[in-house]
Amino acid sequence: MSKQNTHSHANAHDHQDHKPTGFVNRWLFTTNHKDIGTLYLILALVMFFFGGAMAMIIRAELFMPGLQLVEPDFFNQMTTMHALIMIFGAVMPAWVGLANWMIPMMIGAPDMALPRLNNWSFWILPFAFAMLISTLFMDSGGPAAGWTMYPPLSLQGGQSFAFVVFSIHMMGISSIMGSINIIATIMNMRAPGMTLLRMPLFVWTWLITAFLLIAVMPVLAGAVTMLLTDHFFATSFFNAAGGGDPVMFQHIFWFFGHPEVYILILPAFGVVSEIIPTFARKPLFGYSAMVYATASIAFLSFIVWAHHMFTVGMPLTAGLFFMYATMLIAVPTGVKIFNWVSTMWKGSMSFETPMLFALGFVVLFTIGGLSGLMLALASVDLQYHDSYFVVAHFHYVLVPGSIFALMAGTYYWLPKWTGRMYSEKWGKIHFWLSAISVNILFFPQHYLGLAGMPRRIPDYSTQFTDFNMISSIGGFIFGASQLIFLGVIIHCVYQSRKPASSRVWEGAKGLEWTLSSPPPYHSFNTPPVIDATTIAHAEGTY
Amino acid sequence: MSHHEHIENRDLHRKLVRKLVLLAVGMFGFGFALWPLYNVFCDLTGFGGRGVQVVENVGVIEPSDRQIKIRFDANVNSGLPWVFQAKEKSAMVSLGKMSEALYLAMNPTDEAIVGQATYNVTPPEASLYFVKTECFCFTQQLLQGNESREMPVYYFIQADLPEYIKEITLSYTFFRIANADAVALNSGKAFSAGAVLNNSQ
Repeated sequence: MSKQNTHSHANAHDHQDHKPTGFVNRWLFTTNHKDIGTLYLILALVMFFFGGAMAMIIRAELFMPGLQLVEPDFFNQMTTMHALIMIFGAVMPAWVGLANWMIPMMIGAPDMALPRLNNWSFWILPFAFAMLISTLFMDSGGPAAGWTMYPPLSLQGGQSFAFVVFSIHMMGISSIMGSINIIATIMNMRAPGMTLLRMPLFVWTWLITAFLLIAVMPVLAGAVTMLLTDHFFATSFFNAAGGGDPVMFQHIFWFFGHPEVYILILPAFGVVSEIIPTFARKPLFGYSAMVYATASIAFLSFIVWAHHMFTVGMPLTAGLFFMYATMLIAVPTGVKIFNWVSTMWKGSMSFETPMLFALGFVVLFTIGGLSGLMLALASVDLQYHDSYFVVAHFHYVLVPGSIFALMAGTYYWLPKWTGRMYSEKWGKIHFWLSAISVNILFFPQHYLGLAGMPRRIPDYSTQFTDFNMISSIGGFIFGASQLIFLGVIIHCVYQSRKPASSRVWEGAKGLEWTLSSPPPYHSFNTPPVIDATTIAHAEGTY
Repeated sequence: MSHHEHIENRDLHRKLVRKLVLLAVGMFGFGFALWPLYNVFCDLTGFGGRGVQVVENVGVIEPSDRQIKIRFDANVNSGLPWVFQAKEKSAMVSLGKMSEALYLAMNPTDEAIVGQATYNVTPPEASLYFVKTECFCFTQQLLQGNESREMPVYYFIQADLPEYIKEITLSYTFFRIANADAVALNSGKAFSAGAVLNNSQ
């Protein structure tokens, strides 16, 4: 732009690769989308290992029947905290981190729309998690009633419950501010020519996810606030003795909770939709169908919540409604799976680590989706409810689902971020160990659940021993394999000597690949060229 | 994007952010609004098993030949040291006919305790056809130390109960009203529950 030259003094800092100096200035006060993205991703990685360590304690205790390692109450704290940390501390911040890094670069914007709000969104989180984790060291212990916090059990905890509620409030505020920022960036900051239906799918899925977050995080905040006043201020929202109804909490919680699980998975659909076309060297099959399918899934997520609670008892018509509405979600999800497979059909495929994780995602997420359909059946859910079958189901959609997609995205964009290639050999070892062990870990849990083993229990009947042992061994291998992931990242950031080109991957399309690797601190100070040579979906409508 | 366009963007951002913040605040309010909405929904549909009607004066009741089985269930919350049971486990009643069910409550401790029962009907939609004229759950109950008392419920089932409902369970759970104990000791009798238990019928 011509204005740049005439105003070079006023905005000189915009156009050079000047990073703020000093640790505090660079990281604590940063308003740069790349730095904040990095901070989110580091926090997510730390929390991933923290929550993973809790999972190791759970699997170690369940290795054999009987109580060996931990007290039952501590075990319950572990299952609860593992879920809260992994959902709110690992997966969600990781997606926000990827959004921060990639969305401005993908739509040709110089930064996020509201950089200072962006800083605040991130820096709330370390305090929220410090507060949540500190409850483990309090007299009354951490939360132990499950991440769903159903009353009356959750109201029978000690004083530390207030810390849990406030930390959830802070996470919610952070998510809402992050979402507002992402929506403002996408709606207002797209480069000229980057129309809505030309945006990369990762941007589309995040736009829809951000709306889901703004719609449901406040509902969760309301629900936990009602728990807080029931616990400490003698209200009776959910207290049956005072005329409240504990079942109502389940309705409010799952009105938040079901959109929440799509918040965890929709950006994964976006990442996989970026990676598969690159390594199949073909444009994504059915781009607009993908966009509409994502929007349909988001809409349906608001009208299916009661399938989480068929066992509380509901009229036949309500059960049927929630069952059919839930099964309807299989249609747009099926559209997505078929589109990914069609993208690969007759493509020139190569199998670098990001592609391996994306393929692992498609196969294993589908398994989790199918067990979800089984759980959607109101009649048989009465048997599956609160059993290990449910644990197997949601871990299949979250671990080889969301987490694999996060790892795929990390391997895919890491060379772009660092300017260096990661070790392909160790990346592949990480993938194969993870893909095999995750099945050893979670597949036997289907059988355990069908045979009647309840979830959230530290001890079990002896006939469940073998499958639990197999599951635990898979868990230990999976846990150890993630240290390879950490090693690959650290090696890529500090040690790797193999420089990455701008495009990094032969078949990659999108504005982020037109920037150097690593990209300049302030990217796209001039609007990028947007046509079929730079972006994947240039044929979209104007 | 140049410096100038950044400044021009501010208005755009401000408008959009204002709408999004409004949405977030609105959804926070909606979370709380779900509480009254849920109660209205339950009253209209019987969902939750608490749609029982209360009438004081029964006019002419439509009689019917159809009989169904009513099962009586009694529970005590762990905070209340009472013994509470139904005198009969079940009864066959004719639709449209006024019936009586007897429950028995006993306070085995030496202190006076005030309790309050809540009820639930299964299947939930049957609660819409369940009419009570008198019930111990309408008020708080005071039992002196070692006192036991029969607690009656007078009810009938409307004759237009759907055919597919063959059996109805009427369940009660007694809770301790802790802050009422002291008042009860002073006044020597239980008082109206309406203020505390806004959902009792």
